[in-house]
Amino acid sequence: MKIVKLFTLFLTILTHTSLSFAAGENPTLMKPGWSFQSFFGKFDRASLQRGYQVYTEVCASCHSMKYLSYRNLAEEGGPEFSLEQAKAIAGNFEVVDGPNSDGEMFTRPAKLSDKFVMPYANEQEAKVSNGGAYPPDMSVLVKARAGGADYIYSVILGYEDPPVGMKLDDGVYYNKYMYGNKIKMPPQLYDDLVTYADGTTATPEQMAKDVTTFLAWTAEPKLEERHKFGFRAILYLIILTILVYFSMKKIWSRIETKI
Amino acid sequence: MSSHEYTPSSKFGKWFNDRLPLLTLANHLTDYPTPKNLNYWWTFGGILTFCLITQIVTGLVLAMHYVAHADLAFESVEHIMRDVNYGWLIRYVHANGASMFFLAVYIHIFRALYYGSYKSPREVIWIIGMLIYFLMMATAFLGYVLPWGQMSFWGATVITNLFSAIPLIGESVTHWLWGGYSVDNPTLTRFFSLHYLFPFLILGLVILHIWALHVPGNNNPIGIDIKKPSNDTVPFHPYIVIKDLFALLIFLIIFAFFVFFSPNILGHSDNYIEANPLVTPAHIVPEWYLLPFYAILRSVPDKLLGVIAMFASIFVLVILPWLDTSKVRSALFRPIYKQFYWFLVADVLILGYMGAMPAEGNYLLIARIATAYYFIHFLIILPLLSKKEKTLDIPLSITEPVLGGMPNPAIAKEDFKLKSLG
Repeated sequence: MKIVKLFTLFLTILTHTSLSFAAGENPTLMKPGWSFQSFFGKFDRASLQRGYQVYTEVCASCHSMKYLSYRNLAEEGGPEFSLEQAKAIAGNFEVVDGPNSDGEMFTRPAKLSDKFVMPYANEQEAKVSNGGAYPPDMSVLVKARAGGADYIYSVILGYEDPPVGMKLDDGVYYNKYMYGNKIKMPPQLYDDLVTYADGTTATPEQMAKDVTTFLAWTAEPKLEERHKFGFRAILYLIILTILVYFSMKKIWSRIETKI
Repeated sequence: MSSHEYTPSSKFGKWFNDRLPLLTLANHLTDYPTPKNLNYWWTFGGILTFCLITQIVTGLVLAMHYVAHADLAFESVEHIMRDVNYGWLIRYVHANGASMFFLAVYIHIFRALYYGSYKSPREVIWIIGMLIYFLMMATAFLGYVLPWGQMSFWGATVITNLFSAIPLIGESVTHWLWGGYSVDNPTLTRFFSLHYLFPFLILGLVILHIWALHVPGNNNPIGIDIKKPSNDTVPFHPYIVIKDLFALLIFLIIFAFFVFFSPNILGHSDNYIEANPLVTPAHIVPEWYLLPFYAILRSVPDKLLGVIAMFASIFVLVILPWLDTSKVRSALFRPIYKQFYWFLVADVLILGYMGAMPAEGNYLLIARIATAYYFIHFLIILPLLSKKEKTLDIPLSITEPVLGGMPNPAIAKEDFKLKSLG
């Protein structure tokens, strides 16, 4: 019994020390609550469409979205723009195609099948235009950050004056949620930066929420299908398990030992 | 192998069976006498077979769409997630399937430790099992590199660098593994090739594992030798088949929750950032199932000794049948071993936790103590216990009313407890 006591003591010390280590990290992320997180969660369609607007008017000038095609905007489970709307959106962008029969490259308006047009020709150009920092591609950004959508939302809104005594270089901003608290992206959102087509008031919180919803979708475009499929699969498994359980009881009733 | 000679009923069956006794094998597998008191910890063998098949089938489909090239791998994974029909499902099943595979194998191994399934005459089953486990870790590591995310790249860098600790030839070996002077495209393509090969080696070893099992037959919770077939056994089909199926379905429900409702929770978010040789992640951590070994590796200050300690931690498992020589198999009848068993479980969990934390300060100290205890358990405590421990009386059979007329092992067990404490 002594050994057990010693061991419990050891475990208690362990949990206490590990708790004290945890302190002193970044503040707790803001959690605005997302419609897509629950068991039956779906994206808020209107929010996705507004989020696309924020992305394309604000973020897209620096951040690429290289794994998305314009056709995705009209697909089920996404912003679900109509095919015409998606075509019109694509038509606003120019892509280089070719070579044609004369061996020349040419530009043409983008089609549904084209990938989102990149803001910069290459990483070096992106860096030199942004004070040496590379604006990360946004396609899977939500999945690429611990904290996911909450983290992205918090960083967008997390700009503050630096604490007294902290000196920041030119072009570096203080952000209380960013890892290391230093970010090269200036604050982006202010009231009425975009004009929403559906009349929603464009507060920074609203825009941050909409664009984060949009980014959650770009990172996980099959989320709604997955939730739906998962519900059915688990329901099926539970029913099958119950049936198998009773079959098992029946079969084992021939043997006296309990299982 | 069964006691009675099997003859197929049809003429063609007989003709075929004389030339290749597949039907005799099938008959052996259905009739295989299994101890009837096996508990649910024994269902993980079947679950593991299912996991292996699932990994092979989903992996096969993924390989049809994946591109093993440093510039294209990450993109091809996104292509699978976005454009391949049910690609998201296949990839999430494969990625989470690896975790579920390890969850099941850890339960399977710790079950063997608790009930002494590694002891004579089952040493060969155990050693093959350890080989499978070792290959599983290698396969999982190789597979984690393939999406070519940040953790893939840096995990591969850390692990392959271990070989540079070998004296004299270390550096050449590492370069040979890389196919160059750093982890790069040649590394990725060979990792893909090996990741495709290893599961089939595992499959072969699994067949040997089961074959070796069918020679002495299953161990059981009481850990006694039983007569087969007898009142103590049931035929594998339908009794064990239906029970394994039930347990598998419960396991699948848990599996499905991960796949459909938190498919990325067991992975690291950094692996959704494309590999970048110029940016080192803040903390490089392996997947959860390798963390205890990672903790052992880091708790030794010298690189070479750390690598040796890590491999030794697996090797002590291989030689376990000769470290623990107690004649009594099941922990049910080994009161002191039982306590140390649970300390070992806690120790491994602590090692796993420390493996995920930065190797500094108190974390490192705790990891070192836990590493030391791990080896003490196997190299000192077990051999000592084998000699000193006063074990309880073991029943003579599962069914026969022995030791106070208790036919049910669970009741019998309680009875022993009372006697031993009383």
